[in-house]
Amino acid sequence: MSESPQAGRRAFLGATAAASAAGLGFVALAPGVQLIKFAAAKTGAEGASGKVRWGMLIDTTRCATGCKECVSACATENAIEPGSGRPGQSSQWIRKIELKEQKTGREISLPMMCQHCAEPPCVDVCPTGASFKRADGIVLVDRHICIGCRYCMMACPYKARSFVHEPLTQQNPEVPRGKGCVESCTLCVHRVDKGQQPACVEACAKSGHEAMLFGDLNDSNSEISKRIASTATSQVRADLRLDPGVRYQGV
Amino acid sequence: MANTAVTFREIPGKGGFYALLAACGAVLLLGAYAYFQMEHHGHVITGMDNQMVWGMPHVIALFLIVAASGALNVASTASVFGKTIYKPLAPLSALLALALMAGGLTVLMLDLGRSDRMIIAATHFNFKSVFALNVFLYTGFFTIVGAYLWTMRERRMNRWTTTAGVAAFIWRLTLTTGTGSVFGFLVAREAYQSALLAPLFIVLSFAYGTALFLLTLAAASALSGRPIGDAVLRRLKNLLATFVAGGLYLVVVFHLTNLYFTRNHGVEQFVLLDGGIITGVFWIGQILIGGVLPLLLLLAPGMTLNRIMTACVAIVIGGLAQMYVTIIGGQAWPLDLFPGYAARSSFFDGEIHNYAPSLVETLLGLGGFAIAAVMVIIALKVLRLLPEKLDNLTLDPHHSK
Amino acid sequence: MLRRLTHLLVVALAVLAMPAYAGQGVPKPMLTIENPGECVAPPEVIRRTHMDLLKHQRDKTMHEGQRGTKSSLNACIECHASKKTGSVLGGNENFCQGCHAYVAVKLDCFECHQPRTGMIKAAGVKP
Repeated sequence: MSESPQAGRRAFLGATAAASAAGLGFVALAPGVQLIKFAAAKTGAEGASGKVRWGMLIDTTRCATGCKECVSACATENAIEPGSGRPGQSSQWIRKIELKEQKTGREISLPMMCQHCAEPPCVDVCPTGASFKRADGIVLVDRHICIGCRYCMMACPYKARSFVHEPLTQQNPEVPRGKGCVESCTLCVHRVDKGQQPACVEACAKSGHEAMLFGDLNDSNSEISKRIASTATSQVRADLRLDPGVRYQGV
Repeated sequence: MANTAVTFREIPGKGGFYALLAACGAVLLLGAYAYFQMEHHGHVITGMDNQMVWGMPHVIALFLIVAASGALNVASTASVFGKTIYKPLAPLSALLALALMAGGLTVLMLDLGRSDRMIIAATHFNFKSVFALNVFLYTGFFTIVGAYLWTMRERRMNRWTTTAGVAAFIWRLTLTTGTGSVFGFLVAREAYQSALLAPLFIVLSFAYGTALFLLTLAAASALSGRPIGDAVLRRLKNLLATFVAGGLYLVVVFHLTNLYFTRNHGVEQFVLLDGGIITGVFWIGQILIGGVLPLLLLLAPGMTLNRIMTACVAIVIGGLAQMYVTIIGGQAWPLDLFPGYAARSSFFDGEIHNYAPSLVETLLGLGGFAIAAVMVIIALKVLRLLPEKLDNLTLDPHHSK
Repeated sequence: MLRRLTHLLVVALAVLAMPAYAGQGVPKPMLTIENPGECVAPPEVIRRTHMDLLKHQRDKTMHEGQRGTKSSLNACIECHASKKTGSVLGGNENFCQGCHAYVAVKLDCFECHQPRTGMIKAAGVKP
């Protein structure tokens, strides 16, 4: 499926976008050729804005079974390594789920991570307020006040959170994380604040699949908003009415 | 009032007393050792993981907290419902409630990933969280039950005993509702989606608390050489049987309502039929040992102290089994992110999660029992909380037999 | 018996505490300052208020997403890490550890934060 000329063009553009550093502006070509100004010249001093809601669109028809580019990019970016304990004790901020529809046998592959809900249950149940939602919709854990009770892990419908089971030493300076606290996908908040895209999105584009699209759901001119307005997409466990910021196409 | 004539007396410190204290102290030390191991290495040395996020410490801690609320039954029956026969036993009941709560809470706090940050749990609150609410319910429990105990044993405060008793009664019902709601509010976990969990926890707390009270009373009676009169024993045993039957009834209703919803058939089938260990713990531990056996022992004609004690131990085992099924069983069943699809991933999506508790987390949990026991033993030695005599004449002078 | 034990304990404690009072107290920390020059505030201010500055910044960054402002922990580490070990920890001549050991205050930051420089693996990250 990645052999169509359009896909090739997208891949090229994706790679170009990835190579362009922060602050250079992001040129995206949506059907109909439109220039979208993407976070021009951000230094990070502005802070999170309530006008923005960051979100992601995952096109499962482009996501390849067995491809783990997003997972390894996340691991590199956030310095997530397998722990010394049992596999079940290692952190997984993003994982690939292989689905098979029971009735039809149709197979789907997709990445699953924190869905950055508008109404996050983890934030509701957190006793200290360590789980919180930023003004721009990114759901984070403030490890300074996380006491490691794991109630949020019990509450999350997406199994998006991990508990750090042992002392860590190899952290990325921009991504502090440590023993005894709960953590999950930050939507690469340290990159987003500087106008960059999450590492997984960048890696997916680099690999040529372009299954992940990151952008502002509140901006009707953003590529992600236009795609959502024009194609059928869905939220996982929409019945819970948590309004996740991550949407899926083709499920 | 008959009970004003009751004399309270510390229990004497003889050989048996110190042996029991030493045994409980040893378990307490093992629990402390387990805690420092977990604090140093992290939860990597436990059987818990990202699938089974709550384990043995939570099973035991929640049992103790639920039982603490129930241990107040005897005091409540005396102060709130005016049954004078229980009045001399009310201080012991309040003491046991405080001790069990202290044991349970300590385990819960020491299992935290950052137990060194307890001050944060006491200074940062998110009032939407049932956990934050529980912080107030639990600390309030100590204050109110402590005050209640004071009004009982300080003669000048006696006139406030009923007021304090009513406050404690309402408070502990709220508290157990809060504890049951910890699970009831987890929207995504199929095993917990029921408003019945809070009332179920309340009725179960009656049984667990009364059973532990009877065990404590019998131990105190043996250590102090004060035999218990059969009148109070008979009443307590019948009360206990009612609670056990009520608990069994609500467990049945709980599973029947779950079975009413087709989407819950999977998890119900898992717990009731093919969940392996979980199913075994449910049927053998919770239902047979924790329900049927004590009912038979308590309701069969004739009454011996040994039979009552066996029933109480069975209820405690059944209570731990019930917490295990609720906490571990509820997590073992995987989250269904994509209904209608079979899922698999590196993060165990779509798989039933296994739990093998390690020695450290079990010792940490048992340490909670030890804290409660040591508190009760020392308090009875140094404070006048147990009547000098526990016979029929002291407890119930108007009883005809 | 108990009294004798108490006496013994008092004497033992006194002997153990002796070295601290024998000289001029605990020796002052000998910190290696890698980049002499001006910090974000005078040393007297930094010494007394660095925890407040960092905490204020931490809440700004964590909750409001404001980055790159002056009192960032990463900036501290970047400037103060020892050239030998590349870290602010590791020995009592190292910046953070030396002083915190001297005043006996537990240093909690580095259970999560990276105390070393040169740990940036990801492509998109600039310190």
